[in-house]
Amino acid sequence: MTSTTPGGSATREAAEALTGVETTARSVEEAAAEPHTGITGAQSLVRSLEAVGVEVVFGIPGGAILPAYDPLFDSRVRHVLVRHEQGAGHAAQGYAQATGRVGVCMATSGPGATNLVTPLADAYMDSVPIVAITGQVPTAAIGTDAFQEADIRGITMPITKHNFLVTDAREIPQRIAEAFHLASTGRPGPVLVDIPKDVLQATTDFSWPPRLDLPGYKPTTRPHGKQVREAAALIAAARRPVLYVGGGVLKAQATAELAELVELTGAPVVTTLMARGAFPDSHPQNLGMPGMHGNVTAVTSLQKADLLVALGARFDDRVTGQLSSFAPHAKVVHADIDPAEIGKNRKADVPIVGDARETIAELVTALRGEHEAGRTPDLSAWWTQLDRWRQTYPLGYDWPEDGSLSPQYVVERLGALAGPDAIYASGVGQHQMWAAQFIKYEKPGTWLNSGGLGTMGYAVPAAMGAKYGAPDTTVWAIDGDGCFQMTNQELATCAIEGIPVKVAVINNGNLGMVRQWQTLFYEGRYSNTKLHAQNADGTPKPVRIPDFVALAEALGCVGLRCESKDDVDAVIEKAMAINDAPVVIDFVVGADAQVWPMVAAGASNDDILAARDLRPVFGDGQV
Amino acid sequence: MSRHTLSVLVENKSGVLARVSALFSRRGFNIESLAVGPTENPDLSRMTIVVDAESQPLEQITKQLNKLIEVIKIVELDSTAAVQRELLLVKVRAPMADRTQVLQTADLFRAHVVDVNTDTVTLEATGTPDKLQALLAVLAPLGIKEMAQSGTVALGRGPRSMSGAGTLRPVERTA
Repeated sequence: MTSTTPGGSATREAAEALTGVETTARSVEEAAAEPHTGITGAQSLVRSLEAVGVEVVFGIPGGAILPAYDPLFDSRVRHVLVRHEQGAGHAAQGYAQATGRVGVCMATSGPGATNLVTPLADAYMDSVPIVAITGQVPTAAIGTDAFQEADIRGITMPITKHNFLVTDAREIPQRIAEAFHLASTGRPGPVLVDIPKDVLQATTDFSWPPRLDLPGYKPTTRPHGKQVREAAALIAAARRPVLYVGGGVLKAQATAELAELVELTGAPVVTTLMARGAFPDSHPQNLGMPGMHGNVTAVTSLQKADLLVALGARFDDRVTGQLSSFAPHAKVVHADIDPAEIGKNRKADVPIVGDARETIAELVTALRGEHEAGRTPDLSAWWTQLDRWRQTYPLGYDWPEDGSLSPQYVVERLGALAGPDAIYASGVGQHQMWAAQFIKYEKPGTWLNSGGLGTMGYAVPAAMGAKYGAPDTTVWAIDGDGCFQMTNQELATCAIEGIPVKVAVINNGNLGMVRQWQTLFYEGRYSNTKLHAQNADGTPKPVRIPDFVALAEALGCVGLRCESKDDVDAVIEKAMAINDAPVVIDFVVGADAQVWPMVAAGASNDDILAARDLRPVFGDGQV
Repeated sequence: MSRHTLSVLVENKSGVLARVSALFSRRGFNIESLAVGPTENPDLSRMTIVVDAESQPLEQITKQLNKLIEVIKIVELDSTAAVQRELLLVKVRAPMADRTQVLQTADLFRAHVVDVNTDTVTLEATGTPDKLQALLAVLAPLGIKEMAQSGTVALGRGPRSMSGAGTLRPVERTA
């Protein structure tokens, strides 16, 4: 029998045992929020991070940020010491995308801060909520070209949602609270807080919660009822509708609402590169990924549609192809939290500004009204057509003629063996497209990649951040050998910090996607795309530089290699059985595999090639 | 192309001008003139931005401006419903033989003489861009030694204001 006194210690213990981490985290936040006088700016910063509930910071110390690292040493906020600040930024992104919480990275002034530029730009393009905290040279030295001085606020203005230079230690709690609020609300994005060293060292008071002073920031989350009703009427009247689902649906955690809308409409769904996992690939209404390397049916469904319902998508050029010939017959319902996205690339017939979850939920209600009034469209002709395309032009690949290992097969088997519960993080290039095509995503937050910016080197550090945030989930980085050589040093971080990610290096010895373009558009002149050692005539030398197995072992990981089809399953299973260390598999694959289908850059989606020299024929006279 | 005058209330903080001008250059929008100054509220500044854009790009400009955290409100001022002024200082060659003509021109345009010496006269004139162009055209044959011209500042006509009661209708934040 526990104490009968409400709030007695036994009761509290029982409550904590029941609710686990959350209760503990809340009490830590409450303790952190107690007022303090006569503390340093650095202490105020760390208390602020505790008070907003930060679990982990990825970073590297240095001169200007050093004062912050002293109180951080004693804090409940954990710090993961990365090997390069770019890794800190991508780790914060991976953490944010896997957990839905704000990721945090920290760096010193000058080069530390400029090394964060790439992940900040990446997070800005893909709307990932991260907060970057940078040290700055002392206030008096700003503008003097002091040692390790860089105007990181100026540099990051166009690639952050907002940024701050803190000039008074008293402002620290407020700026941190504002940074987290801005990063995580509205259209999420990166926020940078730059703090000069003397501000970190100054004596100040701390109180929580601070007042937020953001008079110009009022994101519209509630959709306009009239617009929603108009959208529902269009959906109810459409004969060839397509739900064009983008990353905003994942950001808004609107997948349950989306599933309801899909069932209710009976309409086909396409999930963009940023939205893989927002709707199960196994569902018969999911046509898969549209875009430059989307499948024929998904791409063509947009071209032939009479209505696009864009949900948290931004009509990116990689989806639309040549804009003037994109979805020429379609009316457009465009729902997004960011009003600037609506009408930016494609005129919207019904614009809806709002949070995707609220918008979709209201669309469901409005559409039920349409159905009750007897307006239920018959989509059977549309589905007959879509199914015929699906049968005629399924996603597929040919086994390489030279007998080398097929990269698509490797990715496909990895997806099958690791399953839909694993998280997959990819770099950028051919392996990314194959991972988007041949792995079946069933759940939100299981596919992390650099979509908008296309940052090579994203995979390993993002996987590290994801694994930190979801320690009980298997996390695979699917990387190319080009990408892997940009950020693999974070495997040392993973090995030392106990973050057992798994890495599949799809090693074709080349910058594969660029090579593919050289094959297709530059007459096979392979200018500077061969990563392997080569003889004077360009043929590969029989030497591995680097030897990824040896490199993995040097970084404290288990290194495995696979060069034949027969070994693929066994080596993946072996990697799956190792959970106390990071694992790297060097999959040595052929250099000539290509990503298909493809819409060439700037070409119309109508000119999609299902495979090289295979132009689909839709000669059915229908649009 | 067509000219539009945007009156933008922003937080009076360091870096806001850099943020606005960077936005224009990054998104490829052309600024014809930009003037920044204090307002009746010490926490706010007003930027008057004249842009050369068709209506569709203009919509994108205002939406992107509205996304800046420190932008409070944007109003497009229609030239027929707003007072728009620029300030011109012009130093004109004015030897004794020509001086009368310079002074008569100044009178015609309601410009003031703000500096005189044996060789030149400096005039101060305010007005619409068209009026100042006309003044310069008349002075040009006499010899313009140097000139400085401000960007446009503008206020809507009538009793309403951008902040406070009876406010002007802002450019919509929603689509």
